[in-house]
Amino acid sequence: MLRNARLFAVLVLSVFLATLSSSLAVYAADFTASLEKFAADDFSETATAVDDIATSGAPNAQKVLEALGNARLFFDAKTKKIYVRETDNSYSDAATGAKLAAAPAGIDVVRVNNRLRRSIEMAIGTLTLLSPDANRRQQAADSIFKSRDVSALPALENALKVEKNAAIAKAFTEARAAILLSQPDTSRTDMLNAVNVLRGRGDIGAIAALRSIPDKADADVKTAANDAVAAIESRLKLISYVQNIWYGLSLGSVLLLAAIGLAITFGVMGVINMAHGEMVMIGAYTTFVVQDFIRGSAPNLFDWSLPIALPLAFLVTGLIGVCIERGIIRFLYGRPLETLLATWGVSLILQQAVRTIFGPNNREVGAPSYMSGAFDFYGLAITWGRMWIIVFTLVVFLALLAALKWTALGLHMRAVTQNRRMASSMGIRTPWVDALTFGLGSGLAGIAGVALSQIDNVSPNLGQSYIIDSFMVVVFGGVGNLWGTLVSAFALGIANKFLEPLAGAVLAKICILVLLILFIQKRPRGLFALKGRAVEA
Amino acid sequence: MITKYIVSRLDGMGLIFLAVMAAVAVFVPLSNLLLPPTSVFYVPTYLMALIGKYLCYAILAVSLDLVWGYCGILSLGHGAFFALGGYAMGMYLMRQIGTRGVYANPILPDFMVFLNWKELPWFWYGFDMFPFALLMIFLVPGALAFVFGWLAFRSRVTGVYLSIITQAMTYALLLAFFRNDMGFGGNNGLTDFKDILGFNVQAQGTRATLFFLTALSLILSYLLARWMVTTSFGKIIVAIRDAESRTRFLGFRVEHFKLLVFTVSAAMAGLAGALYVPQVGIINPSEFSPANSIEAVIWVAVGGRGTLVGAAVGAILVNFLKTVFTSGFLAPYWLFLLGAIFVIVTLAVPKGIIGTLNGYYERWRGNDAEARWHRKSAEASNETEAGAKIHG
Repeated sequence: MLRNARLFAVLVLSVFLATLSSSLAVYAADFTASLEKFAADDFSETATAVDDIATSGAPNAQKVLEALGNARLFFDAKTKKIYVRETDNSYSDAATGAKLAAAPAGIDVVRVNNRLRRSIEMAIGTLTLLSPDANRRQQAADSIFKSRDVSALPALENALKVEKNAAIAKAFTEARAAILLSQPDTSRTDMLNAVNVLRGRGDIGAIAALRSIPDKADADVKTAANDAVAAIESRLKLISYVQNIWYGLSLGSVLLLAAIGLAITFGVMGVINMAHGEMVMIGAYTTFVVQDFIRGSAPNLFDWSLPIALPLAFLVTGLIGVCIERGIIRFLYGRPLETLLATWGVSLILQQAVRTIFGPNNREVGAPSYMSGAFDFYGLAITWGRMWIIVFTLVVFLALLAALKWTALGLHMRAVTQNRRMASSMGIRTPWVDALTFGLGSGLAGIAGVALSQIDNVSPNLGQSYIIDSFMVVVFGGVGNLWGTLVSAFALGIANKFLEPLAGAVLAKICILVLLILFIQKRPRGLFALKGRAVEA
Repeated sequence: MITKYIVSRLDGMGLIFLAVMAAVAVFVPLSNLLLPPTSVFYVPTYLMALIGKYLCYAILAVSLDLVWGYCGILSLGHGAFFALGGYAMGMYLMRQIGTRGVYANPILPDFMVFLNWKELPWFWYGFDMFPFALLMIFLVPGALAFVFGWLAFRSRVTGVYLSIITQAMTYALLLAFFRNDMGFGGNNGLTDFKDILGFNVQAQGTRATLFFLTALSLILSYLLARWMVTTSFGKIIVAIRDAESRTRFLGFRVEHFKLLVFTVSAAMAGLAGALYVPQVGIINPSEFSPANSIEAVIWVAVGGRGTLVGAAVGAILVNFLKTVFTSGFLAPYWLFLLGAIFVIVTLAVPKGIIGTLNGYYERWRGNDAEARWHRKSAEASNETEAGAKIHG
């Protein structure tokens, strides 16, 4: 019933459209009547039917045309009824869209040839221009823009007249401009207008359209087009720089996030924690467990999974960190090489433990609604996930700085790093400060894991891929200097992304590693080395 | 006379080790070739290959002990030198395949034909000649170590920093060798070897010979390392390990000593890799993985750093455990065990097996400085206790 009502409404609309555009012979034929032409099983009849259906605007039209293109449209020669075989092999009536209980008997597939296939494709394009779904109209506009198919022009102009959505109307105008520009018989004024429209669009597609100007176009049109191409190209170049910087910031924030805990354990305490990567990994798995639990018991809380996972991951990894410090590392202070080996052993145990519990395969960690999707920022596609990770990283960094500066633990931590014996004499319980500092560093790795679970595969090997990078970031920035870590993470990220287009991702990474190795020869204590007595302490 | 000189440089442990190794070097190949498979003393070919692999690791461990145990340079990149030696050998073996490859190209190895390469890259020239390949086995790891060490030691990068950048080095090489464009077979590495010096690598006789050569190389590497650490040169590198600044102030060019030890050690690791490849039959980029290098460090730690015999024993022992644990139902527990070994050895047995045994032996002999000190302080405390009793 409802379906019929909608069909009726669309029919009325298309009739209205047809009367509106008097210059073009778009007539809305009766949908069912057009369908019957398929039953003739004659190529020219089918062609007419395709055209008719395309302009009918019936909600079923697209489905029918797609079925025709995929040889899933059947006809009954006797009753002149047309059926669609759905992708799940059930059948439905093409005219009404109603599902049939059983496959109808004595039906044949409607045959198509290559010429028909082309017109079907075009017809589908035209159809979607009038689709009630804004996204599909946008897609249709984009595909016409790319194909610059002149036969789509009348339908496009029709659609443009009724389009209410400004963004889509703009896309239609651009598509129209692209078509007009590619036609030799377009008037000079139209050409110049089209050039301006495309210049406003300003992307690679616009350049392609501007280059499609026929040779016999006027000289000033050509100059205008060339100017527009040059303008777009310089703008694109700028965007690609900005984009590299953005990607670099994004990579840098990931590096910073992974390294920030290490900046505490290695940078402030001087402990080589090779199990740091595993803390990140455990943080990511905590997210997985939280999401798994939420999926099972409270699916509507899914968007809250990350805020819930953050403190949990901090606690879990922080506790593990305290245990490692109390159980192993405290016996090894002053023996950094041994610490390195022992914590490597811990990392192997943690990895294998996670592998035993959760299995060796990647675990699926979903993205909450605010982390998925992207938005356009002056021609720059920015994904929300990356954006939030950068914001989150900076928040964590600033919170850490504040904690070190203004909390009692932070004060004690700094005191112990600067002069252990003096701090001890002043009544600070240095062993506890050591344990809590290590716990803090590990906890930070854990919350890094929560964020990284959004952009990386959550597998037992997750941590291994970050450990060398993290050490590089901390060493490059200068051990014991949090701001140095920040600068070095972003510098390495951006440098990496600028090298990537020149050399490829892997080679860029190798270059960065080699440059870092060379850099450490030059400045063994990093970019921002501590000076004075603290160096030897 | 030479024998006398060698023996004079050895301690008891070293003599036992050499005797055992010499026996293994002779017995295993002969038993494999001559004895019937039914004999109790028959060593099957797979076992010989396995022991051969262990011995290669032992050479790597000795080379690592030379730099870490005696000179205090914890290299987390020795696996890279090992792999480079292996690749040099692998390249020679690839060139020997000739027209027997899948694509039957007389010059280009299969993977290059597959990648549509038209001619041999320059760095593959000469690898069809064994002497050249042999030279490269020592030269490539040695040269890399020389350049790396020259840069690092000159700017006094020490301790953990050095460890981290050696790790970064092997990581960078890992990434590089994974690339197909590098011309080293990418992901798959080099494999499907046919001949070495005209002998079939799969043949029992070749395998037995390779085993003998590996055992011999281990003996020679041990002797070279032992010679290095027992001469006055050895005293200086130990001094560098224990007090680098003091040694520098005494007028020794610390960088030069370190560089020499590092380079020799890298070349030795390269030799180990070169012997490893024909016995295992493949070399691929995973040999560069940082985890491998760290594992080699733990062999040395288990056996006892600063005792060359310990390094070799540790390598053989840990790898034997690995073989036992990575096959069958124990497989999921191997990493737990390996991790536990790392932790326990560093916490509880910092001297390693041989180091601890040596300690017991010395104490038993009663000529250990530490034992003497303990005896003295014990006497002293006895006296004070006795005094306290009188006064109490």
